[in-house]
Amino acid sequence: MFELFNYGFMQRAFAAGLLVAVICPLIGTFVVMRRLSMIGDTLSHASLAGIAAGMLGGLYPLWGALLFSLIAAIGIEKLRKRFSQYAELSISIVLSASIGLAVVLISLANSFNADLMSYLFGSIIAVNALDIYIILGLSIIILVSVGLFYKEFFYMAFDEEGAELAGMPVSGLNVYFTVLTAMTIVVSMRVVGMMMVSSLMVVPVACSLLISKSFKNTIFLSVIFALISVVIGLFSSYWLDLAPGGSIVLTSIFILIAVLAVKRIFRMQ
Amino acid sequence: MGTEIIRVENISFGYGRVNVLDNVSTSIIDGDFLGIVGPNGSGKSTLLRIFLGLIKPQKGTVRVFDTDIEKFDQWGKIGYIPQKATSFNQGFPATVEEVVSANLYPIVGLAGRIKKAHKEKVDEALRTVGMLEKKKSIIGRLSGGQQQRVFIAKALVSAPRVIFMDEPTVGIDRNSEESFYELMKSLNRERGITLVMVTHDIGAIDKRVNRVLCLSEGKLYEHDCAVSQASDIFKEAYGKRDSWTITHRH
Repeated sequence: MFELFNYGFMQRAFAAGLLVAVICPLIGTFVVMRRLSMIGDTLSHASLAGIAAGMLGGLYPLWGALLFSLIAAIGIEKLRKRFSQYAELSISIVLSASIGLAVVLISLANSFNADLMSYLFGSIIAVNALDIYIILGLSIIILVSVGLFYKEFFYMAFDEEGAELAGMPVSGLNVYFTVLTAMTIVVSMRVVGMMMVSSLMVVPVACSLLISKSFKNTIFLSVIFALISVVIGLFSSYWLDLAPGGSIVLTSIFILIAVLAVKRIFRMQ
Repeated sequence: MGTEIIRVENISFGYGRVNVLDNVSTSIIDGDFLGIVGPNGSGKSTLLRIFLGLIKPQKGTVRVFDTDIEKFDQWGKIGYIPQKATSFNQGFPATVEEVVSANLYPIVGLAGRIKKAHKEKVDEALRTVGMLEKKKSIIGRLSGGQQQRVFIAKALVSAPRVIFMDEPTVGIDRNSEESFYELMKSLNRERGITLVMVTHDIGAIDKRVNRVLCLSEGKLYEHDCAVSQASDIFKEAYGKRDSWTITHRH
């Protein structure tokens, strides 16, 4: 049953997948609670522009993705202050800009090829050693940052004005959090692909919200749900020869449906 | 006269061309139970936000505990109870304990850890408001009155010298309102916590506060009166009690 671990590419796929399954819902819980669920999609489109730019300029594509998504992340934060009554407007503006830029850069690079497709839909089994080092490095930065600033991110998600009133450096922390979100997107792109990256940040959190007993518990359960999705998704893609990114995301959706159904049965009883 | 907790001098603030506060000066004295009243749009909330340092007046100075507000950094001394109904996402999955602990975070410091002593402070604050047994409940599943008690505990946990409240009784039932005022009275009298409450409901506070600041058309009027005399002064100034908030004129 576990002969798939004899292959180097499957070992790397699992390593990358499990790391992503931890950091996506970790950042995702704060993102969802701040009602910024669309931020993942926006930053992943910015990453696509970065990848196209990387291909055009001969740069390693993930560096291009990181640079562009960081610029987009800071852009969202700046615009959010300008349009403080419409938090989601800043996200839509940056989303439009990113798609426009991505399309122009792809056409300039004339690079709508298999390599670009692998970033669009994920290519976890094509993850190479350099990808693993980048994913591991960024994951450590994200984990340590959330460990250090958990309290601050919690307070800002619950009540940003209250956190500011209590004397927290909210503006700086907001920028830092958005940078972490951008890193999470870049890390996840290789695994589930740009088109599905935000689903791993949002769907396990949605499952967890249905049954959690505290904020910490919400994070814990969403990480568990994401881990289950990645493991089942990867196994089924290997055995049934399915696209791994899509299998992972669909598994998370099945889990959500199952949790909803179980909850309904319990309520009926 | 006690020490001044907050002093504002000659402050003005406007939105566009409309001057909400026009050359206003006043102070909050240690031990006050102060009511800030006035009709809708009279600048009550603006004044509160200036006291809290959330907005800067376009003219004038604000001093907090005898320090210029720009340089003030002991925000744990200042508590705030927001308007319950609009203050948070009711679906937020936090427990009562997590919410109350949040106000200790700035004291613990960036990247600091919550220790046993901090947890005891949280329990103590919850005991004061009678919500200790609900410590592990999700805040969104409590009633309006219970949620408000949690927010009082959240304000109390950092051992504040003054607590500001913005329309704190909006959206809660009569019984909860009564016990809210009882709790506030004991915090003010027994613990010496200064209270500042913004409200449009003069009728609710006239028997409870010892000073009233009244905002009308950008100007501030001060009624430095004993509790028992407050209603008489208002009756004289504004006529029939039921129509105070509407016929408010100086």
